[in-house]
Amino acid sequence: MSTPIARPYLEVKDLNVRFETDDGIVQAVTDSSFSVERGKTLGIVGESGSGKSVTSLAVLGLHRTRSNAKVSGEIWLDDQELVTATDEQVRKLRGGKMAMIFQDPLSAMHPYFTVGSQIVEAYRVHHPETNKKVAREKAIDMLARVGIPQPERRFNDYAHQFSGGMRQRAMIAMALVNDPSLLIADEPTTALDVTVQAQILDLIRDLQDEFGSAVIMITHDLGVVAELADDVLVMYGGKVIEKGPAIDTFQNPQHPYTWGLLGSMPRLDREVRDRLNPVKGTPPSLINLPDGCAFHPRCPYAGRNGNRSFTEVPMLRGDVHKVACHLPPDDRTTIFQQEVLPNL
Amino acid sequence: MSENLLEVSGLQKHFPITKGLFKRQVGAVRAVDGIDLEVRAGETLGLVGESGCGKSTAGRLFTRILEPTGGKVVFEGNDISHKNVNQLRPLRRDVQMIFQDPYSSLNPRHTVGAIISAPLQIQDIPTPQGLKKAVQELLELVGLNPEHYNRYPHEFSGGQRQRIGIARALALRPKLIVADEPVSALDVSIQAQVVNLLDDLQREFDLTYVFIAHDLSVVRHISDRVAVMYLGKVVEIAERDDLYKNPRHPYTVALMSAVPVPDPARRDRAQRDRVLLTGDVPSPINPPSGCRFRTRCWKAQDICATEEPPLTVRLEDPQSHLTACHFPVVDDETVAGRRPAATPA
Repeated sequence: MSTPIARPYLEVKDLNVRFETDDGIVQAVTDSSFSVERGKTLGIVGESGSGKSVTSLAVLGLHRTRSNAKVSGEIWLDDQELVTATDEQVRKLRGGKMAMIFQDPLSAMHPYFTVGSQIVEAYRVHHPETNKKVAREKAIDMLARVGIPQPERRFNDYAHQFSGGMRQRAMIAMALVNDPSLLIADEPTTALDVTVQAQILDLIRDLQDEFGSAVIMITHDLGVVAELADDVLVMYGGKVIEKGPAIDTFQNPQHPYTWGLLGSMPRLDREVRDRLNPVKGTPPSLINLPDGCAFHPRCPYAGRNGNRSFTEVPMLRGDVHKVACHLPPDDRTTIFQQEVLPNL
Repeated sequence: MSENLLEVSGLQKHFPITKGLFKRQVGAVRAVDGIDLEVRAGETLGLVGESGCGKSTAGRLFTRILEPTGGKVVFEGNDISHKNVNQLRPLRRDVQMIFQDPYSSLNPRHTVGAIISAPLQIQDIPTPQGLKKAVQELLELVGLNPEHYNRYPHEFSGGQRQRIGIARALALRPKLIVADEPVSALDVSIQAQVVNLLDDLQREFDLTYVFIAHDLSVVRHISDRVAVMYLGKVVEIAERDDLYKNPRHPYTVALMSAVPVPDPARRDRAQRDRVLLTGDVPSPINPPSGCRFRTRCWKAQDICATEEPPLTVRLEDPQSHLTACHFPVVDDETVAGRRPAATPA
């Protein structure tokens, strides 16, 4: 065998996900490409309907059971291609090499089975040779590692007997029980209070250090991304519109939509502004995306560079920090420095 | 500005827990357990706290959707604590509410026109140019298309529905609006639009807001004064800038340090400065004795378990800054990295 070409641990190339519905074709994700290395965290930011969750479900192959979903492109996990893999192959990876933490642990866990038995099940699916006793010990050990007090006792509790934060910890325990090397967290802290959110983010960070997993953090909260991510992906209307190292993307954001997101947030680390500067209008329908740049109907700078924004879809361009915008880089820098930054 | 529109004192709401055939009361959820505060005319009072701290129940007591178990609610000098539905009807013109969930707070079988005109009809408000015109003006006011008068709630997005809720609350030109998490169900960009709208409406109609939210940065943006609640009590209340610059209560300090800052360059500092609270909020059925925060507090001492700290001026704070803590946090105190020792509840 020849030596394999060095490929990132997870590489997604030109991913497209579309759903055929009665109302028309929903183009949920268009030509999205990104990669994550082990030990690194990729933050995916966007508003509802931007395609961030659909992207992560595609990586896990969870659209396969839906007959109306069409996934195309390439997803490489540790040199194995997942889009063309058989259901059996993906099932072996899911929950094993790659795992997911969902937003709402109450609906993601089964109400009729104890939390412990669900973790045991997750473990034994991937370790069929282990007996129940060993699996039980493994589950209790996991519960203890995610900081659940009295794990032996909580093992026999049901999901509804846990508080929100504890439930999310239990789900993290379930996701990590098979030492996944890719962990996808879809809005893991959105339903939690800030003090609990801080605990959970801390936990994810510690566990990542310990296990060296690649983490994809999906969130609408730029604060959470800034807290954890090494790289950031901003999605809008199913497309990646900006992508780069976290520090770069936050300090020198390039896309007008990213400016709008930052302008929408009141921040504790800045003086109080008189008014917020939100993006105008509402996100587009994925059934009927606007022509040209999907953001042009909401973009205050859409007409500045001729009519290209209205007709031509911008390509994602740049070296490390990439952006999909028709404005020339110099104009963007000037606009950001002079018009946007003073109002952030 | 100094005139008080709403005053509450010793306000309590206990929800009974019943058991058995005869609904014998075996305990109570002490959702709101003795709060005193006043809302000044023209101001925005922010009410922050985590889930279960009683902030929503407090809001519902202010608007008298709920009847208090103890204490008083006084609106413009009238004690409204125990008035019945009929006696409360005139009050509804002056006090309105905006709800968190724009999906469940609008009747799906009613058109937007019917929803917004309902308060006008119930209160017999004369509409010289007709009801439809009045509703359309309200729609325009909140940034919706007046032609959408005959549409149903499901035809609108979350942000637009929240605007419908705001239009309904505005219909009677109230003096006080209690907004319970009005933006937390919305996307960031939409959230900011609604916050700006609330700002504009306050200026235009001289409104007084009680703004209930769990998001400390949104509360800071919109409020003049802020009250922090924990387990049914107000633990700290102050002018906005004062509170955010000099938080005194350890809980306020922990809450503020937990908010993620959207600046990765400050990540390490933010993490170092963070006060990590362990555990969860205790149950409001059986709250800890003395100071309710003591089970999660790194400064707790024996006195905290025996004596409940009153809400008063601490250290050299101005008269408007009240804190309920025996050991308030001093300005240059290092609190970073403090983790409370595990104490049994």
